Amino acid sequence: MTGFVSLMACHECDLLLRVDHSFEEGVVKCPRCAAVLLKHKRHSLDLTLAYTMAGLILFAISNVFPIIGFQFERQSTETILLSGVQELLDQNMRLLAGLVFITTILAPFTLLVTLLYVFLPLKFNRIAPYTAEVFRFTSALRPWSMMEVFMLGILVSVVKLVAIATIIPGVALWSFGILIFVLAATTSSLDPDLVWEKLELTHERSN
Amino acid sequence: MNDQTNAWITAAAVGLINCHNCGLLHKVAQAHACCHRCGTPLHLRKPDSLSRTWAYLLAAYVLYIPANVLPIMVTTSLGSTQSDTILSGVSYLLVTGSWLVALVIFIASVFVPVLKLVILTYLVISVQMRSTWHPRERTRLYRLAEVMGRWSMVDIYVVTLMVALVKIQGLADIDAGSGAVAFGAVVVLTMLAAMSFDPRLIWDNAEKNHE
Ligand SMILES: [Zn+2]
Ligand SMILES: [Zn+2]
Repeated sequence: MTGFVSLMACHECDLLLRVDHSFEEGVVKCPRCAAVLLKHKRHSLDLTLAYTMAGLILFAISNVFPIIGFQFERQSTETILLSGVQELLDQNMRLLAGLVFITTILAPFTLLVTLLYVFLPLKFNRIAPYTAEVFRFTSALRPWSMMEVFMLGILVSVVKLVAIATIIPGVALWSFGILIFVLAATTSSLDPDLVWEKLELTHERSN
Repeated sequence: MNDQTNAWITAAAVGLINCHNCGLLHKVAQAHACCHRCGTPLHLRKPDSLSRTWAYLLAAYVLYIPANVLPIMVTTSLGSTQSDTILSGVSYLLVTGSWLVALVIFIASVFVPVLKLVILTYLVISVQMRSTWHPRERTRLYRLAEVMGRWSMVDIYVVTLMVALVKIQGLADIDAGSGAVAFGAVVVLTMLAAMSFDPRLIWDNAEKNHE
């Protein structure tokens, strides 16, 4: 991290302030509205990459294995994430199926893939083409990835169904649980400044 | 702290635009241009913030009615069908004794959407009335509305999982109801409303008062 002081504006109240970027770990908050302006973390890049890759593996496991099994007398059903979406499609609930698909599969997956696309080349001191655009897309996706809400939905469903049948927790239930924490860790270890600083350097060199 | 308040200068006041993607400052003369570090189109404030927020809010209010009146889940069991709305689902959970789950669903599906609609409506009106009242607290309200809205999706996920799991041949079958579609739309619309609202507008009014 290069030590420098820059002029910046708070994105939530537009306050203009001089910020010293040369600290290793911590956050800088806006003195007027308390929005987080800068967030530095030691080994931010390595942590972000490690969490992103762990996240992708957990995501794959969570989608391949059943979340919960439901057993009633001699009949049993199992559900993987996609089968819920499929069932909604079968019932002609296209909008609902789309909403569930985007918020629990498409958005989290794209989020992880785009993070890897942006941060992996940084590790090798390079920058991928369209990094700025891809990273902007990543930030826009964030609110639509709702894994932690889905996890709460699983827990509520289990409590509702336990009353009428036997519920068997599946592998994906555990991997989901871990994935929530990994996604949260990815967000908290990530430092967007790494991307912008690198981008600035490449611009200067090419000009 | 108080004498410092008057010394606070905004980027807009000295003719600077903040790139909302990478935070690089640009001269206002370059408006309608793109950030030369990351290429994002530059705007002094989110474009048409208030009218967009109003549009999403009004649509959310309208859909809030079918979301609560129409069933979100239809259970067919041994030839009899039972339709559940959001509220009847909560009261059913209360009767069957899982009060904790009833509370979770009540907060996520009833309390949170209403609170979010109320907060955003209040914020938009307060900006339009040029209110200078407690900008810091109103910014905090905005952040609250922004983070809590997503939790309303819980009921949608519960319906999805129930639909996928409860398929017992000839005994019980669960279908998603059209209320769930309306409710999902309310959640999405309030999220879009929160994204369109620009919290800097709260502070713009507070400043004008100082001058
Ligand atoms: Zn601020
Ligand atoms: Zn930019």
